[in-house]
Amino acid sequence: MTAIDENLRIEDELQEQPPPAPLKIPRFRPKEFKFSDALVFFLTALSAFCIVWILFAQLTLLNGALGFVLLWIPLFLLMYWFVNRQLFTRQVAVDRLIGAIVSLGAGIMMLPLVLLTVFVFQRGLATFSWHALTSTQQGVVYTSKTNNIGGVAHALVGTLEQVAIASILGIPAAILTAVFINEVGGRFTKSVRTVVTAMSGTPAIVAGVFIYSVWVTRFSYSGFAGALALAVILLPTVTRGTEEVLKVVHNDLREASIALAAPEWRTVWSVVLPTARSGLITSMLLGVAVSIGETAPLIMTIFGNQVMNTNPFSQPQMALSLLSYKQIKLPIQSQIDLGYTSALVLFILVFTVFILARLLGGNWKRSSGGRRSVLSFVRWTPGSALEPIENSEKGMSEDDFNSHRD
Amino acid sequence: MTSTPIETDGGTLVASSKNVSAPSLRVDGVTAAELDARGVYAWFGDRLVLEDVNLVMERTKVTALIGPSGCGKSTFLRILNRMHEIVPSASLAGAVDLDGENVYDPSQRAATIRRHIGMVFQRPNPFPAMSVRENVLSGLRFNRIRSKFKDEIVEEALSKAGLWSEVKDRLKDPGGGLSGGQQQRLCIARALAVKPAVLLMDEPCSALDPGSTLRIEQTIQEIADEVTVVIVTHNMQQAQRVSHNTAFFLAQDGNPGFIVESGTTDQIFDHPVDPRTADYVHGRFG
Repeated sequence: MTAIDENLRIEDELQEQPPPAPLKIPRFRPKEFKFSDALVFFLTALSAFCIVWILFAQLTLLNGALGFVLLWIPLFLLMYWFVNRQLFTRQVAVDRLIGAIVSLGAGIMMLPLVLLTVFVFQRGLATFSWHALTSTQQGVVYTSKTNNIGGVAHALVGTLEQVAIASILGIPAAILTAVFINEVGGRFTKSVRTVVTAMSGTPAIVAGVFIYSVWVTRFSYSGFAGALALAVILLPTVTRGTEEVLKVVHNDLREASIALAAPEWRTVWSVVLPTARSGLITSMLLGVAVSIGETAPLIMTIFGNQVMNTNPFSQPQMALSLLSYKQIKLPIQSQIDLGYTSALVLFILVFTVFILARLLGGNWKRSSGGRRSVLSFVRWTPGSALEPIENSEKGMSEDDFNSHRD
Repeated sequence: MTSTPIETDGGTLVASSKNVSAPSLRVDGVTAAELDARGVYAWFGDRLVLEDVNLVMERTKVTALIGPSGCGKSTFLRILNRMHEIVPSASLAGAVDLDGENVYDPSQRAATIRRHIGMVFQRPNPFPAMSVRENVLSGLRFNRIRSKFKDEIVEEALSKAGLWSEVKDRLKDPGGGLSGGQQQRLCIARALAVKPAVLLMDEPCSALDPGSTLRIEQTIQEIADEVTVVIVTHNMQQAQRVSHNTAFFLAQDGNPGFIVESGTTDQIFDHPVDPRTADYVHGRFG
């Protein structure tokens, strides 16, 4: 007892010592991708480009962008490896080569997304205006000479209402299902999980046909019928996302809660769900984003409409995705223009939800905290070329769940 | 008020322990209790892991459970507060008496037992979504215990865990932001805040540095006169420093674990009867 006291006293004294004065020591970060490294990367890429250009344009009669790129990339990789071998060592060169290949893969994956974005904005912005956003197609006569393409307001209202109803119906059910699979368990866990997996593989049009036959044939086309079909799509998406998130919550926390005499529902409500909060929000919003973009389930449920109908419970409604689908098939240019405008609004809406998911998911702050270049993949990590450098691209912020780990 | 820690009234806690009004950690009628394990066997699936364990854990004393890894100490500890049964394949035999009442009696609710027999785990596990203060009060919240003296309860529980001076200005900060040693003391404070009669500790210091270990040992000695402590430890010196009684568990060659010898700590360490105990406490195996 006294020995413990004595030791504690000594430890306290140790802790009270003033921190040492800051020293001016030249600092470096071994993993840093320095400016000179970036220069090597870009200059090598440029050199490879020039060589291929000379080969194509000056020496031979070859042409075609695809062949150019197919020659440029391997040449660049070869030169990059060689330059790094000259500058550093063989190991560094191999590490950087693999880093460059991985970065290229990421870049190639980004390419379709960038092209899609540019395309949608190019076509959509040409006719995008406040008028297009706030008016409907009511009374618009499309001819080859018309400038008035109408607007997407009716479709925007329809989409927002349908997705809101679908979320209200689908998200609580999805979370309850995930909680059942992951937290409650029992004899039906496996069969429920199988059903959810099968549901997520169901073609979206089948969801539309289903709601058409059980709802629309009995009542009528309405935004609510569309919302039902969207809920069928949303349910498995959010369930699976939520299940993944709940799995990450460490079992230690559940045990701690049980040991504090918490009933099962308390453990889920007060410990598991709050711990998984950021991941939950992400999976919910991703489900919402998916259902905003769905078209097939809406064709046979909301039918489509040219005028504003704010009541989702009666009469056909329009949705942005359905408007694009219908307009782009039409013959007159102004009709097609409206389709692209609608696509642009849809794109912005989905993008907003994604951004929201990142912000509310809490991952955004952390990943933007450290300065990170696009080329951070290419950084040289001593002796561990294949080791993932950062896990900043995880969908869920696992740090939150694991922060209790020391 | 009876002195029985398990007060059931149609399966629920009686009003006295529901409406905690006194700022003191102790509730009238709930005192440190005696735990008596009688003929305890435990299985995981078909594998017998504990065989005929009999042990009395005396009131207001610290009982240390020592023994090599895999000898069933932790399983035994989890049987005491009915945490063993949450493992799906787990089963058991025997009885555990908390002041004369069998915690495995069909009329007992597991949650009630766990409220009276608190637990601290090997790895610090504060709830990351809760602040320091919320962590301490989580047990009250889970059991729907209302109190006008939450500030006092927080201060007293944290003081007893030796953490108050370090976190009194950080009560709103997340519990996961503390250091490992502080997190473990927060877990002790969390367990103490619901005023248990027994506190079980499963290698509470194995993940901690020596300084934090010392503080936790000091905490154990301070709380021992109010709550019965049962501690699993691999550290012989720690067992000697903190415990009054010691039980030596052993499992040989895949056979189930059992108690080789139990008695006062001085007796086990200085005059062990069984040669295997002598070998173990003197570091000759294990």
